[in-house]
Amino acid sequence: MDELLKILKHNALETPENIAGMLDISVEDAKAKIADYEKIGIIRGYQAIIDEDKLDLGRVTAVIEVNVTPEREGGFNRIGDRIGKFPEVTSMYLMSGAFDFLLFVESHNLREVAMFVSEKLSTISGVTSTSTHFMLKTYKHHGLMMTSEDEYERLKVSP
Amino acid sequence: MSTNVSKSAHDFIAADLQKIPPSGIRAFFDIVSEMDDVISLGVGEPDFVTPWHIREGSIFALERGATGYTSNLGLTKLRLAIADYVRDTFEISYDGKTEILITVGVSEGLDLALRAIIDPGDEVLYHEPCYVSYGPVITLAHGVPVPIQTPRELGFRLTRDLVEPHLTPKTKALMLNFPNNPTGATVSLEDLTDIAKLACERDILIIADEIYAELTYDGKHVSIASLPGMRDRTIFLHGFSKAWAMTGFRIGYACAPQPLIEAMMKIHQYTMLCAPILSQEAALEALNQPAVDIHEMKSAYVKRRNFVYRSMEDMGLILEKPSGAFYAFPYIGHLGLSSRDFALQLLDQEKVAVVPGSAFGEFGEGHIRCSYATGMDELKIAMDRIGQFVERLNP
Repeated sequence: MDELLKILKHNALETPENIAGMLDISVEDAKAKIADYEKIGIIRGYQAIIDEDKLDLGRVTAVIEVNVTPEREGGFNRIGDRIGKFPEVTSMYLMSGAFDFLLFVESHNLREVAMFVSEKLSTISGVTSTSTHFMLKTYKHHGLMMTSEDEYERLKVSP
Repeated sequence: MSTNVSKSAHDFIAADLQKIPPSGIRAFFDIVSEMDDVISLGVGEPDFVTPWHIREGSIFALERGATGYTSNLGLTKLRLAIADYVRDTFEISYDGKTEILITVGVSEGLDLALRAIIDPGDEVLYHEPCYVSYGPVITLAHGVPVPIQTPRELGFRLTRDLVEPHLTPKTKALMLNFPNNPTGATVSLEDLTDIAKLACERDILIIADEIYAELTYDGKHVSIASLPGMRDRTIFLHGFSKAWAMTGFRIGYACAPQPLIEAMMKIHQYTMLCAPILSQEAALEALNQPAVDIHEMKSAYVKRRNFVYRSMEDMGLILEKPSGAFYAFPYIGHLGLSSRDFALQLLDQEKVAVVPGSAFGEFGEGHIRCSYATGMDELKIAMDRIGQFVERLNP
């Protein structure tokens, strides 16, 4: 991955000035490269990583395994797009192994998830079975530990 | 009848030790540690925690009951792994069974090397600015320290021409440290080849402290031990502290021809016995996995190096672009303060800690050492503050 993308992936708020310094390029070049990545859709957005457990939103996240019958033309894609368009689905992947799609679904409560599965997901033509698991606690999200430990303090001056 | 004249506690201290002044870093540490909210660029160790697989490897060893001594030389499996690593990385072949000694950091390796070779009065050359221990450990081994200035104008390089005038019939060895702490300088193949030829011509031993070897940013690190004729007159010292972020494990190694390793081991076995077994297990884990973490840390250092270099240039400071280790060593002599006063006032006024260049020997005066083994967020604030401070000093 390009070093500029690595910097933004680590900190999306990094300024073009600082990025230019780190990569030893001009500020204009840094801005142009970022604009280019946005234009061609490699950078698809900028989001904060929020520890939602701390916000106590009373929301639930479910991970749903879905089996489908692939179609003769288009395979999994048409049905995949259809499921993915539901706003409840925050992430979705086609998987190898015992099931086809893995969905991350966010909702206000268990009942809403149950309604989504029984009334929307299961009724889609081609969906043959679902298996729903509820998340209990987030330990790590997007490469960041969500559980904080006391950091061991370094010496302030050492040879 | 006994006499009344009695010695004070101080009088019992060995004369050679009394000659050694206290470390400039220690004095500075005492001041900084009293202060809160300081951004420290004074740290000579990675800000990264040791990669998890290495820590986990050490925990696993502890769970299996790895709590005893190891052989004096160190775990055989570790020495064999180091032999492979040194051959693949630096193109030098050592017999893992007889030519490698596991030490408690490179610091112990340096001490062992010097004590193994020095007869009282032997002269040992080293280049300065340098790591704080070089002069003192030579003195403690009853040798005569002979510093060679590496001038800023030459990019803190060491050349044959700089070494040659210091050679006398009493010269026993030359200590090399590239990439360098505190200057961040590396050595070119041409300079290294010239120095190697000189060592052969004048029959001196090289003690090469290459602890920062993996943290070389522009080009590939070459060890002097890999050059023609040098393997048999070099004690190659390396370890895990810097590239693997394992300073607290205190684990290093020495590679050299068997008679030298045997001599160093003689001291090691009577003074240290062996390096801690858990640290040896951790080091083995470090070598047994692909160096993914090292590359990630190195890539972070490169970005910080570029950022710090550009920031300091923008402040109007004169500095060489560091090409290795994780230090910038800008010149501040034109601002009218000694390096110590600069560091003290910067700390007092801007709460940024840097190490005065004078801590790294007389030839470090006029500079400050800024470690960029510090997170980008802190580096940004530190550069802003140093910039303001320098602006106030500028005539």
